Amino acid sequence: MKTIANIFASSLGKKYIMAVTGFGLFLFVIGHLAGNLQVFLGPEAINRYGAFLQSNPELLWPARIGLLLMLGLHIWSAAKVSLENRAARPEGYAAYEPVGSTYASRTMLVSGSIIFVFVVYHLLHYTAQVQYLNLTGRDFRVFVDLKDRHDIFKTLVVGFSNGWVSGFYILGMALLCLHLSHGASSMFQSLGWRNDVYRPMMENLARVVALLIFLGYSSIPAAILFGYGREVLR
Amino acid sequence: MNLTLKVWRQKNPRAAGGFETYEAKGVTPEMSFLEMLDVVNEELIAGGRDPIAFDSDCREGICGMCSLVINGIPHGGQPGTTTCELHLRHFHDGQTITVEPWRAKAFPVVRDLITNRSAFDRIIQAGGFVSVNTGGTPDGNAIPVPKTTADRAMDAAACIGCGACVAVCKNASAMLFVAAKVSHLNLLPQGKAEKDRRALNMVKQMDHEGFGNCTVTGSCEAVCPKEISLSFIAKMNRDYGVATLKGQ
Ligand code: FES
Repeated sequence: MKTIANIFASSLGKKYIMAVTGFGLFLFVIGHLAGNLQVFLGPEAINRYGAFLQSNPELLWPARIGLLLMLGLHIWSAAKVSLENRAARPEGYAAYEPVGSTYASRTMLVSGSIIFVFVVYHLLHYTAQVQYLNLTGRDFRVFVDLKDRHDIFKTLVVGFSNGWVSGFYILGMALLCLHLSHGASSMFQSLGWRNDVYRPMMENLARVVALLIFLGYSSIPAAILFGYGREVLR
Repeated sequence: MNLTLKVWRQKNPRAAGGFETYEAKGVTPEMSFLEMLDVVNEELIAGGRDPIAFDSDCREGICGMCSLVINGIPHGGQPGTTTCELHLRHFHDGQTITVEPWRAKAFPVVRDLITNRSAFDRIIQAGGFVSVNTGGTPDGNAIPVPKTTADRAMDAAACIGCGACVAVCKNASAMLFVAAKVSHLNLLPQGKAEKDRRALNMVKQMDHEGFGNCTVTGSCEAVCPKEISLSFIAKMNRDYGVATLKGQ
């Protein structure tokens, strides 16, 4: 018990929490992307995948609760660390140059906050399917395919045919890319799993993976804006 | 060459400070930054005014006493260089230079450009040592230390404790200093016996002093006059994590 309390109280411990939850969320982001990309295999593949995920609430809900818990801890540690950091320098500099640091590393709090807003919108938009938030005037809940499954393909095509919604999704993914270009390597630093040999490789890999994640996710709204899947609207 | 200086002046820890402008006239490119300040101070003293208070001691980059944030960068931004080794040839004639003290809650300003860095001493007292019982001099070769290990320990031990890492970090974090001191002893066989306790106690003291947290921006490593690697912070994170998981 004392060990757990120490982790939550100490500076390094909070960074372990941030790194471990960040790693969990990072894996989720990759898994979610792999699932979503099935939209390019056509309605049958993505609708089957959606029905499969929904078919097992005993697994779905623990996964959702786990993700929410990780998100909560990630945000809690970020808030705590940021407040402490602000308090550590009550008087700032007249001239200040952040030498040696990347833009991404200095803006983690901002990118993270916007990603959080995005996640809330995304959950209300496609998970809870709140009608007035999708800006298309259609109710996604009534979309059903020929096999009586929720028609995810149609939901995506209708949802992303709105330029504002697609634009916000792409913006959210751009910030996720920025966030991960730093976070995906720095989490290993926080956990002590990095040294001078692995560091350059990890830093480059994090940037490549972050960019691939951005391209992967953005390709869906972008493709739909360019007309992909338009036939289901007819 | 002539320079214009905007220098932070503050009478004492409680007084409100502010910038004052001074002209450094007829200084030469071969002078160090501190020698230039000496020239300015002599003029101030001759004019019956208070000289600018700043820290220095060895003036050859080994003691860690000099500080100064010069145009927004601790030690002035030349790689591997302390303020005392910084020469005026890196500036151009007529340039305006802003000079400020280290800024951190844990480093309160004592006067002008001098800050109180004894927080670092207390971190060292918390674990930056090896406990030995005094007795006969041990044989120098009794404990074999591999060359690579000795070299890495030396890379960490190169830290002169100036506090530039804290000054530049956007979070005023002391992780690079503490990591260097923890790693230096934790790497060597003589220090291994107290490895866990050292990591835990030094980090605890660091937190207690009110330094910020590391967000891995890497600014510290960029300004460190001894070019201590960010990877030592990863090593400290590892040592602290192992010690914590052991439940110590
Ligand atoms: S005065 Fe000793 S390091 Fe600069």
